[in-house]
Amino acid sequence: MRGHEPRSSSSCAACKLLKRRCSSNCIFAPYFRSDESKKFAKVHKVFGASNVSKILIEVPEEQREETVNSLAYEAEVRLRDPVYGCIGAIALLQTKMIELQHDLALARARLARYAATSSVVSDNDGASMGPFGDFPAACGGFIDSFSQNISSEVNQDAHMYDFSQIPYI
Amino acid sequence: MNSGRCAACRYLRRRCAPDCIFSPYFPSNNPQRFVSVHRIYGASNVGKLLQQLPTHLRAEAADSLYFEAQCRVEDPIYGCVGLVFLLQQQIHDAESQLAKTLAEVAVLKSHAKHPQAQQFEAESDFNNLLQKQLDNVANLSFSNQATSGFM
Repeated sequence: MRGHEPRSSSSCAACKLLKRRCSSNCIFAPYFRSDESKKFAKVHKVFGASNVSKILIEVPEEQREETVNSLAYEAEVRLRDPVYGCIGAIALLQTKMIELQHDLALARARLARYAATSSVVSDNDGASMGPFGDFPAACGGFIDSFSQNISSEVNQDAHMYDFSQIPYI
Repeated sequence: MNSGRCAACRYLRRRCAPDCIFSPYFPSNNPQRFVSVHRIYGASNVGKLLQQLPTHLRAEAADSLYFEAQCRVEDPIYGCVGLVFLLQQQIHDAESQLAKTLAEVAVLKSHAKHPQAQQFEAESDFNNLLQKQLDNVANLSFSNQATSGFM
């Protein structure tokens, strides 16, 4: 147990911000070093220290660093975009994915035409001819309602993907 | 007036004021919605966030908070960030596939040119499409790099 060591030199970023003693078993200390004050400030602003602590306690210790990183990212994005947060980023990525799928389908059609015409069988991996599986659009229906505001194109083709990958909704 | 309380005020066991910040977005008929959001963000943080937004954007904000909270409840480690990573990876794979396919098209095109040049008198159309696809791939790769710095 630490006795009278100065708070500022040994406290983690969380305890510095919360102005409390940083104990030897502080849950935040391994993940919010004393020089990472902004990182903790953002996480605290969005989630609150108490909620972060509860989330960290819930996950295995070896997964806590990943958890903190994802919380920090989510907090960063939410502060940049208070209305949509990560949902905005996901919607944009989905739009990009749909465009790529479209371009890939066109390119494959061209390839098939050339292959048929030139009688040269391409040795490409035919197994990948279909659309990309495992498209994480189980949340597609929910995100679509945001996409109408963010991008009008997502809704139309989202149904072609496998919605069973991420059972969030 | 108990029956008039929103889900938030019911959960927090307080009087629901006429100007309650939560009541338009956390109706009493969906208590789970507020429970999820409160569990991850806390009522105070949610209230502050909604307060700072223009009224016409608050519904969208409440919906996105609920979705992200649900994701975090389902996956405490990655939350909805897991979806971001997955999509980034899929986009990367799709771009690679597209580049590979276009390269194959280019090879077949050049093979077809020599022995049977007459059949491709309209090659300028194919050239234009091919160039457009190559430009698209180049632009997508650049923009993907711009959005890939998430973590």
